[in-house]
Amino acid sequence: MAPKGPDQNLGRMLSGKTKDPTETDEKVQEIINQIPGAEPSAKLDPWWWLVVAVAALIILMVVFFPDPYGDILNFVKDGIWITVQLTLISFVFILIIGLIGGIGRITKNPVIHFISTLYVEIVRGIPLLVQLIWWYFAAPAVIRGIGEAIHFSAMADYKSNALLLAIIGLSVCYGAYMAEIFRAGIQSIPKGQMEAARSLGMNYFQAMRYVIVPQAIRVVLPPVGNEFIMLIKDTSLVSAVAMADLTRRGREYMSAHFNPIETWTMIALIYLIITLLSARVISWLETRRKY
Amino acid sequence: MPEPIIRIENVHKHFGRVHALRGINLEVQAGEVVVILGPSGSGKSTLLRCINHLEVYNSGKITVDGIVLKTAQNINAVRREVGMVFQSFNLFPHLTALSNLILAQRLVRKRPIEEAKEIAMKLLAKVGIAEKADSYPGQLSGGQQQRVAIARALAMNPKMMLFDEPTSALDPEMIKEVLDVMLALAKEGMTMVVVSHEMGFARAAASRCIFMDEGQIVEEGPPDKLFTNPTQDRTKLFLSKVLQS
Repeated sequence: MAPKGPDQNLGRMLSGKTKDPTETDEKVQEIINQIPGAEPSAKLDPWWWLVVAVAALIILMVVFFPDPYGDILNFVKDGIWITVQLTLISFVFILIIGLIGGIGRITKNPVIHFISTLYVEIVRGIPLLVQLIWWYFAAPAVIRGIGEAIHFSAMADYKSNALLLAIIGLSVCYGAYMAEIFRAGIQSIPKGQMEAARSLGMNYFQAMRYVIVPQAIRVVLPPVGNEFIMLIKDTSLVSAVAMADLTRRGREYMSAHFNPIETWTMIALIYLIITLLSARVISWLETRRKY
Repeated sequence: MPEPIIRIENVHKHFGRVHALRGINLEVQAGEVVVILGPSGSGKSTLLRCINHLEVYNSGKITVDGIVLKTAQNINAVRREVGMVFQSFNLFPHLTALSNLILAQRLVRKRPIEEAKEIAMKLLAKVGIAEKADSYPGQLSGGQQQRVAIARALAMNPKMMLFDEPTSALDPEMIKEVLDVMLALAKEGMTMVVVSHEMGFARAAASRCIFMDEGQIVEEGPPDKLFTNPTQDRTKLFLSKVLQS
């Protein structure tokens, strides 16, 4: 693996094919430091213009047409918060489930490997909407049924909590996809890395923690970012199970005021600004790599 | 004769249907430099990798520093005494040269950071690239990377070093800088097992050369004798091909 930032390519270009690169290195670094933007992280992501444009559009609409756009924004703002909250909390669980599941998929232990593979295969095969509905309507009944059967009152009297069940539904589903991403990321690291770590006397977990995973993170960052943006959009499915998220609040506003064009344009723009902002954060993370 | 630091007794290794090692017997005394050569696929790398248990052998017995590998309770305890240098360097690309040397010292030897850093800097100076301590492997040439890799193995204070074709992935002008480091190590009395076709190194440093073919040791002896006056036909054939090029 030979990752090269623009600064190193530039360094090689400027130094030419010198016999002793060590001598010229400092001079080259000095020259590079004088070039604005030669540091990869110093570059401004050019796609910020789209974020600014969409934000400006929303602001203009709200300022110049407070009725209905300002009204809509005001009405759905608690829904925006629910959507953001759902996304962020679920994503933490998704990363944890993904890491455990991903390692489970590559372990040699047949039991763990079987369980992880079974989980991935089952969850991937059922639509997310069906899974969310199952968690909201079926799971509480199952818990109560078991509670009654074993005379355990805490379970028998279980009352469903929409937010909690939505988070579970999203995390379980996306965790399976994330497990596959992490598996691929870990497997993309050359075998020699693990061998080198082990030959230095590190145990399996030390080698994973300090050698393999840090390199795998770099590889999986783009697909993980992609999953994050898909998750933001897929949280709209929880509107089907009694969660007052952005989509649900939009539907409520539309049924009260009968203006579908204005309502859904506004809702679409709000989703768009959230996803565009996230995309910029992700691409900033991607440029932050040092090697 | 003292107890050998590496003792390999009748070791067999199968990869599926391929019989890679067919009854290897070999003893290496502390301070010896053993160079293994042979055509590709002869099992020399496999033998080397068996010594620190990166490959698990199927039958026979390998004893390293008094510990029998198959029954070793803690293989990591064996491995930290055995330094390994790979053909493809295998430096950790996400860490600087200095951190490559520090990581295992901290995790495995449990050295405090100041001590680990001091040892690392000393070794980088020893292999001649102290000024590259803060460079990432991707910024180093192949020869520099391999020298960092040697220093990384040495930082664990191993009792012996294994080299798996350390110069095969290098451009010709970089081979010498790596061989010089290895030669210096040999002169210091480090126990070394080296898989390599570098005749010059073998002549200068090896106490013994071993020729392997088809998973067996065909012939062994001091380098001068093996190179100039081999007794086996297979050795002669191989040497004539290698020396021609």
